[in-house]
Amino acid sequence: MDLSAINPVLLIASLMVAATPLLLAAIGELVVEKAGVLNLGVEGMMIIGAICGFAIAVESSSPLLGLIAAMIGGAVLSLLFAFLTQVALANQVASGLALTLFGLGLSALMGQSYVGVKPPAMAKLDLPILSDLPIIGPILFSHDPVLYFGIGLTAAIWALLKFSRIGLILRAVGENAEAAHALGYHVVRVRIMAILFGGACAGLGGAYISLIRVPQWTEGMTAGIGWIALALVVFASWKPWRVLLGAYLFGGINVLQLNLQAAGIAIPVEYLAMSPYLITILVLVIMSADKSRAPASLGKIFHASQ
Amino acid sequence: MKFTKLMATAAVVAMGLATNALAEKTKVGFVYVGPVGDGGWTYEHDQGRKAVVEAFGDDVETVYVENVPEGPDAERVMTQMALEGADLIFTTSFGYMDQTINVAKKFPKVKFEHATGYKTAENVSVYSARFYEGRAVQGHIAGNMTESNIIGYIASFPIPEVIRGINSAYIHAKKVNPDVEFKIIWAYTWFDPAKEADAAKALIEQGADVILQHTDSTAPQAAAQAAGNVVTFGQASDMGEYAPFPRVSSIIDDWAPYYIARTKAVMDGSWSTVNTWDGIGAGMVGIGEISDRVPADVKAEALAMVEKLASGEYHAFTGPINKQDGTPWLAEGETASDGDLAGMSFYVEGLVGDVPN
Amino acid sequence: MIALEKRPQPSQAWSLLTPLVAVVITMIAGGLLFSALGKNPIEAIRTIFYDPLFGEFAFYYRPQLLVKGGPLILIAIGLSLGFRAGIWNIGAEGQYIVGAICGAGVGLAFYPTESAFIFPLMVMAGALGGWAWSMIPALLKVKFGTNEILVSLMLVYVAEQLLASMSLGLLKNPQGFGFPGSRNLQDYASAHNAEIIAGTGMHWGIVAAFIAVIMAYVLLNKHILGFNIRLTGEAPRAARFGGVNPTRLVVFCMGVSGALAGLAGLFEVSGPSGQISIDFNVGYGFTAIIVAFLGRLHPVGILLAGLLMALTYIGGEIAQGTLSLPAAAIQVFQGMLLFFLLVLDLLTNYRIRFGKKGIA
Repeated sequence: MDLSAINPVLLIASLMVAATPLLLAAIGELVVEKAGVLNLGVEGMMIIGAICGFAIAVESSSPLLGLIAAMIGGAVLSLLFAFLTQVALANQVASGLALTLFGLGLSALMGQSYVGVKPPAMAKLDLPILSDLPIIGPILFSHDPVLYFGIGLTAAIWALLKFSRIGLILRAVGENAEAAHALGYHVVRVRIMAILFGGACAGLGGAYISLIRVPQWTEGMTAGIGWIALALVVFASWKPWRVLLGAYLFGGINVLQLNLQAAGIAIPVEYLAMSPYLITILVLVIMSADKSRAPASLGKIFHASQ
Repeated sequence: MKFTKLMATAAVVAMGLATNALAEKTKVGFVYVGPVGDGGWTYEHDQGRKAVVEAFGDDVETVYVENVPEGPDAERVMTQMALEGADLIFTTSFGYMDQTINVAKKFPKVKFEHATGYKTAENVSVYSARFYEGRAVQGHIAGNMTESNIIGYIASFPIPEVIRGINSAYIHAKKVNPDVEFKIIWAYTWFDPAKEADAAKALIEQGADVILQHTDSTAPQAAAQAAGNVVTFGQASDMGEYAPFPRVSSIIDDWAPYYIARTKAVMDGSWSTVNTWDGIGAGMVGIGEISDRVPADVKAEALAMVEKLASGEYHAFTGPINKQDGTPWLAEGETASDGDLAGMSFYVEGLVGDVPN
Repeated sequence: MIALEKRPQPSQAWSLLTPLVAVVITMIAGGLLFSALGKNPIEAIRTIFYDPLFGEFAFYYRPQLLVKGGPLILIAIGLSLGFRAGIWNIGAEGQYIVGAICGAGVGLAFYPTESAFIFPLMVMAGALGGWAWSMIPALLKVKFGTNEILVSLMLVYVAEQLLASMSLGLLKNPQGFGFPGSRNLQDYASAHNAEIIAGTGMHWGIVAAFIAVIMAYVLLNKHILGFNIRLTGEAPRAARFGGVNPTRLVVFCMGVSGALAGLAGLFEVSGPSGQISIDFNVGYGFTAIIVAFLGRLHPVGILLAGLLMALTYIGGEIAQGTLSLPAAAIQVFQGMLLFFLLVLDLLTNYRIRFGKKGIA
């Protein structure tokens, strides 16, 4: 029963790491959903990214190449979803589920020879002086580059959605596809680009797990993080900074419960493990009080002839 | 039906897979709960299967089905193996217990071997490993090597097997280091690399400089390596890629000797129902090489303990041991009965906190 | 230039034909995959699709198709009602778990009393449990407009934790030597959902699945509620003008799908599975979503799709055992089946025109 054993600085630093794969996948999915598409295949794209990144990193001994390969892998898989939903006009819920099923199976086949292999390590940021600063150092200046990339990406997407023409088009397509089409935007093209972006982000998130956070390859190693990322987007009511906040909260609850246990505080683990999901539901309810933050066309099939 | 069977045989021969379809082969089936690529529990059982193939060559044919959920699916897979002519079937998860018994009733001629369970029958044996012997060795090394006197333990589910491991490690760590303290995290999973990594980090951040794990991924090893000065032990498989440091030793599930012996017993007709609970002595529990990062004297003591555990001269649970609430459990010199160990659901004296539920 | 043109009416012929074509194309693509893995593709396909039905041991596998397909069909029928109306309950897995916990809990509470009333009580408890779990997303949607897809999905994870807690605590077998998991209901006659005729695989869950298929068919084709469901899905605005009460529809569709999923859980835990354990749920709730779509949300289609899905599971296990095909290959194969079906579905609703561009 020793709460003082928990060092808040280290706690924050490690919840940032725990949150990063979630953040990456969720930011990607946010863009997809902003374009009016619901891709439930995040888990599948993450695990494909995890194995692509792992395999290439091992073969090339370069974590960076691995991360790039992960993005490509995730994007290629999402292309399948894009084809199904945008070209063949298939139902998005079913297509997303199929994508996850397919991705989990395919990744296991691809990864057969990578079990028990140790990947090359990704160097951490180590800035003289800054990284050694008390409190701020461990929290802000001593992580791996991908973590910073995730935060940078959040900022970039926020700016893009808010200030740029691309953001405007994206939102127009997501809010009212017919109107956007009438205005001369290529709805399908925009959506396919968004889906590809989402796939790349999910892939990167997956590789973050297999290359940096764990690091190893085992079948099914994403263990449901893709599903949490989906929840996170809604939790954040489609706002990039809230995704970041939510990722830290989700990651934080998990890290905190482990820390509480380690500190010898008797907590009912199952009930605490439920809490992120219950909190999400609660937030969903609160969010839905201020009506319809969701892109109006979310999940609806668009075809120009309609 | 005959025709299709012929076709099948022809196809197999054409592919050059079958060497001699007519030979009297002993067919051995394995039902796995996880993927063979899990790098832990199922992986090691599959290593055992491969050892059987290696040992008997063309006299044996092995089949396996992976990712079999506990429940009716397992029952179907076992039945399928029995129908397809398996002589011996290993069912490698505790949750297959009732299904194994059910199927065994239907196929009295087929022999079944159920891992970690307690229900036997005319044609059902059970086998399990005394991993707690390995935990004793780990506890000894851990107690000696810790400088912060805090040992972190990543536990999976609160079941006797896991509780036994915690107790055994604690008793032996405490013996060499009275100030030692265990911090236990229940992960409620056998396998979730990301969560295991977080658990290891939480323990390290709270001062643990030795991490013991009862989950199967190498994530805690990597976390320890990143931290720099934290000792770990391989679990289920050797995890030698993290040797010599942080991984200083390991407990290896080695099913090969048992699988070979039981297959042999079926071949020569000497198979009978047994309730096997083997440890280091029989080779079912392997102690991975103790690396040179362990001080020489500690290593020597650990090896001596391995010797004594193997020969049966020493029992990992030898009194005096009290239960957590202070009530006596084992008197001076008394050793724990297998019955007590099998259903162990309490912590020994000195451990802090409660077993969940 | 290839262009799509929406059909005024979905094509009946293609609607019937596409599943068959999808299966054939999947066989071809799957064959390529299997041969890439160094297996004989024809043998692999035969093992998956033919052996369970007509092979040497078909007498065993045919009943197993019912055992595996029953829960899938029962759950998918419930889901399909909501899906038709645009109500997305994807948390059937959670409702399945809660139904099983409630049903088994009632049974175990009576242990060891033997009485003919126990099993019916368990059935009611199972249905109620699933229903109650589905009412959470339903009521939140109705009251606050909360997205039911996400709430129902979140509740799956909550239910899984609840299951772990039950297996390790309240429902743990007191004679189980401290191991997790409840008593085996197969050994408790009053609570056992046994085969009605031995060797047929036919237990009450299968009967319930067949009844559900018939009821759903009647509901959708003969009843005003079914008409409202279809109308809401196909023309939501027309439905609103036509006086369909969306609140009532959400509560009804979610409730039915939850209750059926709960029933599936109860029949499974008291029958083929026998006990509550940490890993009791094996994904029926999610697979049922696929089954619902494979069956084009039509009751008869779902019946066939459920059996087909069961076939790929059982055949896949045989292929693992006899051809050492990895389990992951079967998963990929199932994924492909769904892909091809979804792609070909296009032909039901659209006409492909070659040449000049379709009119926008």
